[in-house]
Amino acid sequence: MNTKAPNADRTTGPSADTPSRPALGVWLYAVTSSRGRETSGLPSGVADEPVRLIDADGLTAAVGTVDLREFGEEALRRNLEDLDWLADAARAHDHVINALARSGATIPVGLATVFADDGNVRAMLDERRANLSAALSRLAGRTEWGVKAYADPTAAPPVAESDASGADTEKEGAGTAFLKRKRAQLTRQQSAAKVHAERAAHIHARLDRLSVSSRLYAPQNPALTGRREHMLLNGAYLVDDGCLDAFRSAVTFLDAEVRREGVHVELTGPWPPYSFTAEGLGDG
Amino acid sequence: MDEFQYRAPARVIDESGRDVAHPHLDNRRVALVDLLDRLLAGGVVAMGDVELSIADVPLVRISLRAVIASVSTLAEGAARELTEESPQRSDQGR
Repeated sequence: MNTKAPNADRTTGPSADTPSRPALGVWLYAVTSSRGRETSGLPSGVADEPVRLIDADGLTAAVGTVDLREFGEEALRRNLEDLDWLADAARAHDHVINALARSGATIPVGLATVFADDGNVRAMLDERRANLSAALSRLAGRTEWGVKAYADPTAAPPVAESDASGADTEKEGAGTAFLKRKRAQLTRQQSAAKVHAERAAHIHARLDRLSVSSRLYAPQNPALTGRREHMLLNGAYLVDDGCLDAFRSAVTFLDAEVRREGVHVELTGPWPPYSFTAEGLGDG
Repeated sequence: MDEFQYRAPARVIDESGRDVAHPHLDNRRVALVDLLDRLLAGGVVAMGDVELSIADVPLVRISLRAVIASVSTLAEGAARELTEESPQRSDQGR
């Protein structure tokens, strides 16, 4: 976490007459229904602060009080671009949400949603009550799972229909033979890419059928994943808990099926339903 | 009321042996990138401005180009040229 105090004008320390009162904000983690919700057992938050609950007529916001010197708008501009800070904040945020999600339907809130005070949080709950309640109903008994598919770089690409690599070296010069080989290689690569794309679409379609809802993310940036394989699919699937066995079996089956073509499938989860809450928290 | 003291968050070393480099890491050991896909609106993609909602203050646009650029090379040759300029960014705060 960024430990530097960003406000250079705070030159005087606290005294008996004028104690320092830094500006505080309220960081929002998630929205749940109020029923059965309590703070015991919840991990501490992004600022190591205790997570507390704001109740408003059946809806509950899980929040934490944060110092705006680190979590206010200006500080966030800097801190969110520091990968170490971002990683710590993301994991702490997720840790709280995950704990909440274990006890019932939870609407996770995106990173860095900060309110001026509790009153504003209540106002948001009241304004968005209908959407939030509908989202909680939709999420009950459902869990998000992540499925990614990769092209295995060491697997041989599928053979193209017309492999023109065979050059008639008796009649053709070395240059022509070279060009023919290059074109054949390109054709193979294009065929491989086409097969891979088709397999990814096939995997997604199968899993989508077993899900309540699905969402596709862009392939992840290799600079961040550290993985060399080409990512073909980066999907999130909201699965009814009663369908989970079928979903997981399908992932296992699909992985075995596509291995022959140099593709493999990875499952992550369970996730709180991060990818399926846009309607609950969207504008308007 | 006690005086508020600004305290940098302490790194917690858990007796159950959790990864000390990531004190908030829970048992799921989720990959950071998977988490960022989900936590940042629009996900972490090559083009990178992320819009964050900070209720009752104007929207903040964060350039993820700086985030990605700050990552020590995890895979050789993986650098992808990020060319998108954010019209919202100013030099303020940098």
